[in-house]
Amino acid sequence: MFAIETKDLTKRYDKTNVVDNLNLQVRDGEIFGLLGPNGAGKTTTLLMLTTLYPPTSGTAKVAGLDIIKESGRVRKSIGIVFQDPSSDEILTGYENLKLHGWLYDMPDDLKEKRITEVLALVGLTEKKDMRVRKYSGGMRRRLELARGLMHHPKVLFLDEPTLGLDPQSRETIWAYIKKLAKEEKITIIITTHYMEEADKLCDRIGIIDHGRIVVLGSPKKLKKDLGGDIIRLRVRGLDVRTLRSLKYVMKVQRCEGEYCLTVTNASKHLQEILNAVGEVKSVEVRSPTLDDVFMHYTGRAIREGQAEGGWADKVMHAMAKK
Amino acid sequence: MSDLKGIYALWYRETKVFQREQSRIVASIVNPILWFLIIGGGLGSTVSIEGINYQTFIFPGVLIQTVLFSSIFFGVYIVWDKKIDFLKEVIVSPMGRTSIFIGKMIGGSTDTILQIFILFIVGFLFFSAGLMPGVHLDPLSLILSLVFLLVTTFAMTSLGLILGSQMESPEGFQLVGSFVIFPMFFLSGALFPINNLPKWLAPFVFLDPVTYSVDGLRGVLIGTSNFPIIYDFTIIMLFCAAMVLIGTYAFKKMRF
Repeated sequence: MFAIETKDLTKRYDKTNVVDNLNLQVRDGEIFGLLGPNGAGKTTTLLMLTTLYPPTSGTAKVAGLDIIKESGRVRKSIGIVFQDPSSDEILTGYENLKLHGWLYDMPDDLKEKRITEVLALVGLTEKKDMRVRKYSGGMRRRLELARGLMHHPKVLFLDEPTLGLDPQSRETIWAYIKKLAKEEKITIIITTHYMEEADKLCDRIGIIDHGRIVVLGSPKKLKKDLGGDIIRLRVRGLDVRTLRSLKYVMKVQRCEGEYCLTVTNASKHLQEILNAVGEVKSVEVRSPTLDDVFMHYTGRAIREGQAEGGWADKVMHAMAKK
Repeated sequence: MSDLKGIYALWYRETKVFQREQSRIVASIVNPILWFLIIGGGLGSTVSIEGINYQTFIFPGVLIQTVLFSSIFFGVYIVWDKKIDFLKEVIVSPMGRTSIFIGKMIGGSTDTILQIFILFIVGFLFFSAGLMPGVHLDPLSLILSLVFLLVTTFAMTSLGLILGSQMESPEGFQLVGSFVIFPMFFLSGALFPINNLPKWLAPFVFLDPVTYSVDGLRGVLIGTSNFPIIYDFTIIMLFCAAMVLIGTYAFKKMRF
């Protein structure tokens, strides 16, 4: 059984396919990461999967329900934590959850029980009667995480769950996500452009670029599939052909004015490589990270920091262009 | 109707806003009182209309003015909500868009009706102080005027939500909102009688739905109206129904 199954899912703006015949299967109960640079199509994919935006063509099933024909039932079976704050500042944490219970038509006794449970899960029981306006960014995200879970969704979508948080709050949120994945036994879809986040949290990740999935697998496997170590070199005048002729050099790529080599057993061959390239300004040898995986498949680096706008901005921007 | 609780939730949220941001109410009733005291008092010192004290004459108009401004500008919260607030959470819930519109509409209308209640109390004080002789403040007139004000409020809140659902920036909303509100207010006969208008002006006045709210309310509260009250009521009901329908449609088309 798949929690999510897309079939040629496509979204087109301005004659470009922002999401291009996407075929993706996410298994029940896994934490799946959708990774990609800004504008790769991950937010648009999420918008379609959560029924907020209709696909141009193709369709998808979420929790076994068709996103076009059964959108109301899909919305009932999913929880979402938005990139931008979406809790009400004027209300207290508890009131925000109470409203959520009403919006999802939960029976009163179940609602109260769940509020107690999810507040405890994210460690906000003590702060529940405080107005959200006085919450810190991390607390607010935790409240929204709790809210997304409250109605027992089958699939939980987290859109850049730690965007804009300081490193410490980020670690806290990660810990909570891991905990809830274990305790609530649900499927979680995370979109992120933080490689570290994907590496720490996800069972499997899909790297999306130009609206297509370029590679799919567990972080461990993806790193292993690169087939070796990474040597990053800064040299004057490199003869790429010589390098390529060495049979243990699997790949040579330019990255930001330097060269990244994928090499089997780097520690053994380092000296030969250094001899082959001539005068070296700097060299770095390490085991591959998801950043390298990303670089390997897309030919670009993924950069932290510059965030995409929220969903709303993005769609409004797209509509304005129309 | 599994959405009833959701509608209740949206309404509940608005009442909390009111409980916690009381400055909003105070700010919103200062303006009508100023209109009443300064325009009404200033003009009233020389003007009386068909033997009616001018302050008495514009009391219904000031009530409608409050409805117009408060209800239509409620729509700006939708614009804010689209960007930062609570609306996204509502839109992805299983609630239908029609229910979301109804919930927002009732919530916003509650704000306005609360202000109207306060203005009635203020009006009663003015009446007791002899500032507005001839206003009918008996239970029947009060109930009938509340019905008029309620229907007008529903219509105007819907109009505000329609504008809000189409706008992207709060500044834009202010601009367009003012563009809609001021002509509607000035043309409505809130400040002048409409039975003896210049020929070029009359059609605009009679095309303005607010004219019928003011006229009906004046009929109920002062006992003088240009049209039969039931005629006023029918027109304003039809206008309200149209606004609610368009609003529902606009919410269905609203994208995030």
